[in-house]
Amino acid sequence: MSRRVIVCRCEDVTLDEIQSGIELGYNTIDELKRLTGFGTGPCQGKECQSHVAHLVEAAGGDLSTLRPFTARPPFHPTPLRFFAGVPKLAPDPGDDE
Amino acid sequence: MKPGALSASTRGAISGETDIVIIGGGVMGLSIAYQLARRGQKNVVVLERGTLADGASGRNGGGVRMQWSSESNVRLMQRSIELCSGLAQELGFNIWFRQGGYLFLGKSKAERRVMEKNVELQNRCGVPTRMLAPSEARDLVPQLSLQGVLCAAYNPKDGVLFPWPFLWGYATQALRRGVEIHLSTPVTAIEHGSRGYLVSTPRGAIRAQRVINAAGAWSPSIARMVGVEVPNRPHRHEILSTEPLKPFLGPMVSLISSGLYFSQSMRGEIVTGISYPDDDDGGVHLGSRLGFLGHLSREIIAVMPQLADVKVLRQWAGPYDVSPDGHPIVGEAGPPGFYLACGFVGYGFMMAPVMGELYADLLTGKARHEVFDRCRLGRFADGALALEEMIIG
Repeated sequence: MSRRVIVCRCEDVTLDEIQSGIELGYNTIDELKRLTGFGTGPCQGKECQSHVAHLVEAAGGDLSTLRPFTARPPFHPTPLRFFAGVPKLAPDPGDDE
Repeated sequence: MKPGALSASTRGAISGETDIVIIGGGVMGLSIAYQLARRGQKNVVVLERGTLADGASGRNGGGVRMQWSSESNVRLMQRSIELCSGLAQELGFNIWFRQGGYLFLGKSKAERRVMEKNVELQNRCGVPTRMLAPSEARDLVPQLSLQGVLCAAYNPKDGVLFPWPFLWGYATQALRRGVEIHLSTPVTAIEHGSRGYLVSTPRGAIRAQRVINAAGAWSPSIARMVGVEVPNRPHRHEILSTEPLKPFLGPMVSLISSGLYFSQSMRGEIVTGISYPDDDDGGVHLGSRLGFLGHLSREIIAVMPQLADVKVLRQWAGPYDVSPDGHPIVGEAGPPGFYLACGFVGYGFMMAPVMGELYADLLTGKARHEVFDRCRLGRFADGALALEEMIIG
């Protein structure tokens, strides 16, 4: 089949890649993330994670035990400049005492 | 790939007898398992407490370099990088390996002396590292702001890769050659008796003649199960990646003074981390901290001002497995047949390809590399090695 269905648009992960992973026995969200890289792009899984959960369930997985992957900060893509300006909670390494 | 042909098991009882149990399904354990299987070794079982790529192997920055301060590390990494160039084909997984070099920047005369000494050593080993003036560093990375930078060292053969596919590649090829991999299978006890080892897990116990502790940051508690005290301790190392950018950054850049490093992966992201203190209380902590994010942002913008408007996508942490002298702890220790493959600080990932070969040669009786003598656990009692100076992060 030449038709490609994209599940994760940020990282171009296809339906076939997710389903092959599940068939290999990698049927948790975390494993599928690390196997395919899905959910690691700009949306951080906000668009695709529920699709993948649905695919695991459709393949016989138990949705009640399925856990999302760890949400990584920041919540929204944010420029380095912003964090550089955040007041220091503690001295940086290398700061004079 | 044929669906269902090669699965790691995650449930059901495990039992029986085997020759070699490898504890830890990270890159180290899987590389050893794969190389053992390649040499025809039968009865190899990998026990992993979580999933593949769960610990440091799935959380590191993917740097691979030959720029070290000890001859052994230089030579081992020459071999590892040589292996990396062929691994995508060998494993059937794209590992996104790119040799853009490593560019170290030094800010003091003391750093320059160390760098010059190391470059001399590396050249003697056949590594083409060279000292550069700041202006030459800027030729390589025009965006660099070199305020305070005195000198640089550059090896064009160092590189970066994407860690995750490594794990899947090693696991897939190990499974294909008959290695058993059990996930979600933490080891809870190890007994040693006249019939070898009994390795217990919540899914049942396996008898084994030999046990390899490749549990990374969790290796001290595994060693303790057979009465072996190891001096390595976990340290949280934080890292982040940015939005993907068009390829523009050739080398991995690193500042000796702050431990800042940044590179551009084949996925286009800037992957960057920096030395940042932690409690180091013996536990594995993987939470992300705002303090790290602020510190890193300030330091990277100082060196690469144009990155100020680049967006941070994701921040995470991984556990370094820190040995006191910066060298790994390998070889047999404690009861006969109990082996250590731990204490790789922050460079276990890049060492895994070569260590897999050396360990497989050792365990199959083919060869015994000098690293198993020099980096044995006993060195801490009877005169430790010189400190590895090129630990970054």
